[in-house]
Amino acid sequence: MQSETPSLEYRAILKWIRQGSSVLDLGCGDGALMDLLVRERGVRAQGIEIDEQAIYQCVANGLSVFHEDIDHGLSDYADQSFDYVILNQSFQQVKSPDLVLKEALRVGREVIAGFPNFAHYQARLQIFFKGKTPVTPSLPYEWHDTPNLHFLSISDFMEYCRQRNIKLEKTAFVGKKRRIKIFPNLFALTGIFLISNREANDID
Amino acid sequence: MSEINLLAKQIKRARQTSGQRVDISGQDFVLEKSDRLGIVETDYFHFAFPPNEITLESGEKLGSVTVAYETYGQLDDQRSNAILILHALSGDAHAAGFHKGDEKPGWWDDMIGPGKAFDTNKYFIICSNVLGGCKGTTGPSSINSKTGKRYGLDFPIISILDMVNVQKHLIDHLEIDQLLSVAGGSMGGMQALEWLVSYPSRLKSAIVIATAAKHSPQQIAFHEVGRQAIMADPHWKEGHYYGGHFPAKGLVVARMVGHITYMSEVSMAEKFGRRLSHNGKPRRFSIDFEVEEYLHNRGDHFVKRFDANSYLYITKAIDSFDVSQGKELYKVFKGNKAKVLVLGFKSDWLYPASQSKEIVKACKLAGVDTTYCEIDSTYGHDAFLLEVEEETHLVKHFLQKASFERGGGRGI
Repeated sequence: MQSETPSLEYRAILKWIRQGSSVLDLGCGDGALMDLLVRERGVRAQGIEIDEQAIYQCVANGLSVFHEDIDHGLSDYADQSFDYVILNQSFQQVKSPDLVLKEALRVGREVIAGFPNFAHYQARLQIFFKGKTPVTPSLPYEWHDTPNLHFLSISDFMEYCRQRNIKLEKTAFVGKKRRIKIFPNLFALTGIFLISNREANDID
Repeated sequence: MSEINLLAKQIKRARQTSGQRVDISGQDFVLEKSDRLGIVETDYFHFAFPPNEITLESGEKLGSVTVAYETYGQLDDQRSNAILILHALSGDAHAAGFHKGDEKPGWWDDMIGPGKAFDTNKYFIICSNVLGGCKGTTGPSSINSKTGKRYGLDFPIISILDMVNVQKHLIDHLEIDQLLSVAGGSMGGMQALEWLVSYPSRLKSAIVIATAAKHSPQQIAFHEVGRQAIMADPHWKEGHYYGGHFPAKGLVVARMVGHITYMSEVSMAEKFGRRLSHNGKPRRFSIDFEVEEYLHNRGDHFVKRFDANSYLYITKAIDSFDVSQGKELYKVFKGNKAKVLVLGFKSDWLYPASQSKEIVKACKLAGVDTTYCEIDSTYGHDAFLLEVEEETHLVKHFLQKASFERGGGRGI
């Protein structure tokens, strides 16, 4: 779940989170993001994580976490249980992202989804010129050892949200060393979205 | 015996020495850390003398009541560092340290002591024998003050709530307003859940290990086989066997069934395989396999230390336990401010992880601040006593967080 740009991603997410809000982090790993949000924003944080060793790290950091998989862990929650549900770098690793996103939008008032951009120019070049499955800083795995089950681009996700009337509240596109402002689907390694079920007003 | 204990003995304060400030010739100095508690003793608390008997969940009255308990470590000045340890079916108040002359320490010595999960350098640990037990707390083998004879089956039916109520009397007696935590596995976990629901303001956190909010038919069924084995023993005599032959055969079989359910298929295969327990030619239907010998040994060992009637009463209390009181579980957790740590074990089929997840699900719905870990273990239900390293890590940090939030945790 490690990418090369954690601090930029984390900073983008941190900026969006309100002081004292409640956060559910799906696939929270060792809890580094939750830890940051607790320290900087005083959030009440709860994680869900499948890896047992990561659970130990979360507990060592004083974080509350459930040991279970995201595909099933959300159904127990009542509607709008959290201010934010975060799917950072875990969205592309779940079995049914469609269902998980729908559930996340039910359980959280807002959802933050971050994932590696499959349409980054390096990936495009590798497929085109080498004819090989791309390996990029945000997609560092070989085809045989990747935890990613789904490969999507920033454009894919934006179209997906449009089709389902999911409102894109905020976006952040992150490159290797800086935020990407132009042609994010080409230059961003990672896309992060703050989305909600609120009436989308920019449907075309 | 460690040097620390020798020193402590010298100054005639043999109990609970580690980290304790000891006055030697007017000088205050702190003894060094040791990973052992050393020699400990059982204390007794007597209460509910007639006419002030306690009223049990069944409506019956019981008095007087004696509670056997042990404490380790020091209560701090704010009386805020107390943790109540809750034992399982066959446990007792002797959770850690050594009784004088004993070679074996208390039942959870791996977890309780200086620097351990329940760190006696930081926390004041209390463990008491449950109501209905046979290790010092009032139970069916105790003398009924009304008749001057042992209760036997005249002892009233008890529940997990009754056990917890008696513990609450002890905590009141020790003048502790709020426990930092309550912790237990198996039946101990049930008591922790009961504490959480019945006395939410009296605790800051709860550690609930390898347990269930209520017994499944399968769990009740195993207990019933044990009870029937005891009651089928001709020496049982409707529970009035005290002074005569002890119904050992029946209790041995009950314990054998129990031990089968405490292990897993894998742990049994690893421990015994199909190895034979003898070299010579077996007699017809003799004990042939190591696993048989093990079960017999455990059973024989058990009858020396446990009362058959206590086994009946306590297993019934477990079977009838339902912390949700017939309601939806999350409703009884609603508004609870305590932090909860739930632990389950992968190979535990007696208290499967799915039952831990039921508890966790209710905590989620109720918005209780909860952590859940399903520890990868092959030991079956026994894992809660054996997976010391993992449990230590989780419990230690969980308690650190709970004691850091002295004001009381917030629910999500």
